[in-house]
Order: sequence, then C-alpha cells, then structure tokens
Amino acid sequence: MRIALRLLPGLWLALLVAAPLALVAVMALSWQAEGVPPYSPPWGGEGINPENLRLILEDPHYRDSLAQSLVTATLTAGLCLLLAAPMGIAIARAGRWRDALLAAVLLPFWTGFLIRLGAWIGLLRDEGWINGLLRALGLVEAPVPLLYTEGAMLLGMVHAYLPFAVLPVFAAATRLDPALEQAAADLGATPGRAFLGITLPQLFPAMAAAFLLVLIPAAGEYVIPELLGPPEATLVGRVVFQEFFGNRDWPVASALALALLALLILPILLFQRLGREG
Amino acid sequence: MMPGPVRAALWAGIAFLWLPVVLLVAYAFSASPVPFRWGGFSLRWFAALAANERLLEAAWLSLRVAAGAATLAVLLGGATGWVLARHGPFAGRALLGALAGAPLVLPEVVTGLSLLLLFVALESAIGWPAGRGALTVLLAHATLGSAYVAVIVQSRLASRERDLEEAALDLGATPAAAFATVTLPLMAPSLAAGWLLAFTLSLDDVVLASFTSGPAGTTLPVALFSMLRLGMTPEVNALATLLLAAAGLTLAAVGLLLRRRG
Repeated sequence: MRIALRLLPGLWLALLVAAPLALVAVMALSWQAEGVPPYSPPWGGEGINPENLRLILEDPHYRDSLAQSLVTATLTAGLCLLLAAPMGIAIARAGRWRDALLAAVLLPFWTGFLIRLGAWIGLLRDEGWINGLLRALGLVEAPVPLLYTEGAMLLGMVHAYLPFAVLPVFAAATRLDPALEQAAADLGATPGRAFLGITLPQLFPAMAAAFLLVLIPAAGEYVIPELLGPPEATLVGRVVFQEFFGNRDWPVASALALALLALLILPILLFQRLGREG
Repeated sequence: MMPGPVRAALWAGIAFLWLPVVLLVAYAFSASPVPFRWGGFSLRWFAALAANERLLEAAWLSLRVAAGAATLAVLLGGATGWVLARHGPFAGRALLGALAGAPLVLPEVVTGLSLLLLFVALESAIGWPAGRGALTVLLAHATLGSAYVAVIVQSRLASRERDLEEAALDLGATPAAAFATVTLPLMAPSLAAGWLLAFTLSLDDVVLASFTSGPAGTTLPVALFSMLRLGMTPEVNALATLLLAAAGLTLAAVGLLLRRRG
C-alpha cells in the first residue's frame, strides 16, 4: 500500500515532468521535416543532428536573444529588489497594519496578469493617460512614444514580478529577532547604523532568493516583451515562440529552450539551496 | 525602528502596484470608446462585455479548466507532499523531490514546449490525447499547480511532528484511519490554499495554454492576449473591474472565515 502510494506521484512526475524534458533534449537533436509533426527523430535514419545546438551557439541572432534575455532579467530582478527589500521590511514592521499592507501588495494580482498589462498599454499609448497628463501640464507638445519601448517592457516586468520579490524579504524580516537591533542601540549604535550593520545583513539570503525568484522566470518571459516591448527586443521566449509557431522549426526551438535552461541552471541550484537553508 | 526611506519605498511601491488598477476601474465606467479617456458615466462597457460571446465562452472554458486542473493538482500534489514529508527516507526520494519542484523553477516556455512535445509523442504512440484542447491545457495546468501544492503541503506537514499520527496508531487506529482522522485534517488548510493557488495560476496562464491548446481550447487569457496585441479596449476595463470585485469579495470572505475560526 505504502509502496503504491509512493509510486503514484512518482509515475505522474515521470510522465509529466521528466519525460517531457527528455523529449526536449531529443527534439534538439532531431531534424526539421515537412509533415505533421514537422520533424524526423534521430532514429529516423538520418542520425543525430548536431546542427541545431551549434546554430544556437554560433548564430548571433540566437546568441543575442539569450544575452538580451539575461540582461533584461537581471535589470528586472535588480529593480524589483530595490523596491521589494524596503517594502518587505516595512510591512514586517508595520504592527497591526501588517496584514492590510500585505494584502495591498497582493490584491492587484487578482485582476489578472494580462489585464494589468492591458492597463499599461492604455496608459502608455500615444493618446494614453500619461501622455495626456504630460500635455495637460504643458511639459510636452507632441506625444512621447512610450509604448513598445524597452522602458515600457521593463516597467511591465517590474510591475508583474514585484510582489514575488516582496514575499521572501517580508517572510525573513518577520523572523528577525528585534533584540539584536536593540542590543546594537544599547551599545551606542545610531538607529541608521544598527539597521545597516545588524538588520540588513541578516536579510541578505532572503534578498538573494527574491532576486533569483524574479530572475529565473523573467529570463524566459514571453508575454510582456510581446505586448509592451519593441519589435527588436527579441528575448529568448519570443524567439522560441517564433521558431516553434512561426517557422515550425521544433528542433531549433527545443535547442534554444535547452540553452536557456543551461544558462539558468546555476541560478536555479542557488535558489533551491537558499530555499533549503531559509 | 523604520528609517524614512524604507517607509517612502513602501508607499511608492504600493502606489506603483495600484496605479494601473485604480485607473482601470475608474475608467471602466467611462462612456468613451477610447480606453482611459473620460466620456461621462456609463455602464455600456459592462453591457458590451456581457454581449461578447467569444470572451464569455473563453471565460467559461477557463473556469472549468482551472477548477479541474486545481482539483487534480490538489490530489497529486497533496499525495506528493505527503509522501515527501511522511515516508521517511526511501530509494528515489531525492529524485522525487527534485522532479516535484522542477515546474516551480523552469521557465514557462520550457515547460510549455516540453508538455506539447509529450502530448504529440503520446498521440502518435498510443493515440491519446487525440488532438489538443481543453484536456491537454488542464493536464499542463495541473502539472504546474501540483508542484505548488506539493511544496505547501510538504512544508505544512514538516512543521508538525509525527507524534499525533503515532499516538493514533498506538491507540489502535489502522493506518488508514490515522491518516483520515489525523493527517488529512492537518493537511486540509494547505490543500485548500493550494487549490486556490492552482486555480489562480490556471486562470492567469498564457504560455502553457498557447503551447498545449489547439484551436479548440482558447482560454480566457489566450483570448485576452490576442485582443491586447491589437491594443486595449474599454471592455477589458470592465472585465478587470469584475475580476477585482470578485477577488476582493473572496479575500474578505476568507478573512472573515479565518477570523471566526481563530
């Protein structure tokens, strides 16, 4: 009985997590072909196809998309952390307002991710609310192009991922021992010094976790660059979609997915390690 | 002690998170056909939403897929979390834990692509699932959701010792009875939270659904996504207002329930 119960999750995970990932690896070594589905496997007579992976490593189009994704994800995670660290600490110390403030951070989430992106589209358009405000204030004459820029894309990413970054910092900050900061104050540290020297360093692991929690999904982000970014922001998520659905090149799309995974493997392992320790 | 800049960042962050939401709701009641322009008070966009059959159909499909995916995720994720927390060391435990957590850290495009390849391979090998649609989206969302449920259940069970279950066994309960009367009630709040989380994830997902749905399985987020590629319409404002109202009411209800209990 116990063995059977142990097998059930194992079988489910083998079928829906392990096998699909193995199939991505196989697909990356397959050949694009006419037909449905549009590929021929490595055992289809043509042997293993090493070209897809080589293409990802050598073609600047793919290399740039990977690099651009990493830069965008790093910027997003950095900006999120810059806001989320003080937010998490402030909420943890807000006393009886704590639950209400936490709800204020999480509630916008239930409007739905796409709807919030729609809101930004409406706000950032040439005829949108922000341009209207700028013109009403007499700051600009003609509308400033805001939508479909790198800035709009980053704004949307930070808006979407910020609450994820707040949670780990908040959770760690609630577990801090206030006696330590008190002790520093008793020993003559100014409040600012006690905060920087005692409180902040204890939160570094949580801040690293928050950074990675944003970085990892942001690196593969597809929807936000597609809706808010410029056409030339060819992040890897967009290129995977383009290769898969546009060019029907399943092997190259899979090779690109593998390359993304390879780049993220260190952040992922680091994140899991922080999770175990925290 | 809370330094001034910390407090300022809190309010700036909350204002930033709420700005688009507040404007969305305010302008949902504007008569103007241009989103975010005031044209006098009107409920016309709520009426337009109620008449948009494509969106309504997608919303109904999404609700069913999300409910099914969340239920499957609770069953399988719950079993996974329980096995990881209560079955002690066994061969393959580390592998099971790694696989259970993998969907949490894999980028969505990788998960979506990998699941589509699985469904295509299964179809050509055993003929099931025939084509892609609501069922394949449901399975994809259940896979992602079960990873979250497993983590929540495992950490809930790990926070309590096994002594209660052992006491029940010592007092003569069968393992099944001990599970049903002690372990399951202990897991219940995390199963409920996990169901809600899996439901929300499913209702918000574009990437997994784009990969695993055929033309027959257009969920609400996928329909919204294709609308938004062409720009924003005031109908979306109305939809956002309804969703936010539903979320606010749910949160208030959960809060009341918890307060009454605790």
